[in-house]
Amino acid sequence: MADHTLDAKGLNCPLPILKARKALKEVPDNGTLEIIATDPGSVADFEAFCRQTGNELMEHSEDDGIYRFLIKKSA
Amino acid sequence: MSAEEKSMSIIVTKGSLDWAYPPFILATTAAAMGLPVTMFFTFYGLPLLLKDLNLTLTAAGNPAMKMPMMGAHMGLPNLLTAIPGVDAACSKMMKNLMNKKGVAPIEDLRELAVEAEVRLIACQMTMDLFEYSLEDMIEGPELGGAATYIEVATQSDINLFI
Repeated sequence: MADHTLDAKGLNCPLPILKARKALKEVPDNGTLEIIATDPGSVADFEAFCRQTGNELMEHSEDDGIYRFLIKKSA
Repeated sequence: MSAEEKSMSIIVTKGSLDWAYPPFILATTAAAMGLPVTMFFTFYGLPLLLKDLNLTLTAAGNPAMKMPMMGAHMGLPNLLTAIPGVDAACSKMMKNLMNKKGVAPIEDLRELAVEAEVRLIACQMTMDLFEYSLEDMIEGPELGGAATYIEVATQSDINLFI
């Protein structure tokens, strides 16, 4: 179970990233944020976001147009 | 590689509905990725700092502007774009389309940029030229000129002109 969940369904670039950044502020260090999105571009974007910010993209999956990401906030 | 060591600046020169997006999308995203960002608003980009935005676009001279319509993509011949009301109708269509597709209004992206402490510089010369004052603008912009921007640019890793 993630520490926080962000529903970014229906939002287009760059909103899922911007909202995830905000949501991460509420997550404790080494805690996790789950993001649910429908933007297919968010897959590449969350990978890049995590590489750049040093947070860890632990999981991502897609099921019927719904994308789920699990990010671990770096300490 | 630490994100904190990278920074970005953008010169914003265009203020139509369509051209307002790239600078605000990139500025907010870069800020979210930990980069200090500066936006320098000049010429037609300057009105993007006005309190009240009523952004419009024109299809005139823009053969690439084709909107999805009834399963096809339709452009508008230049001649028709001169008819009064056509630009307003195109702008409304674009805003409806953006809303439907979950694209943020520029007002929201701008607010997010301010919230993310993006540094906003209003070009003093353009302020004089078009007779604007800081009271016309949202809270946050500072005034500056070419030298102010160049100083920022020399310290930035990414410098964009949009």
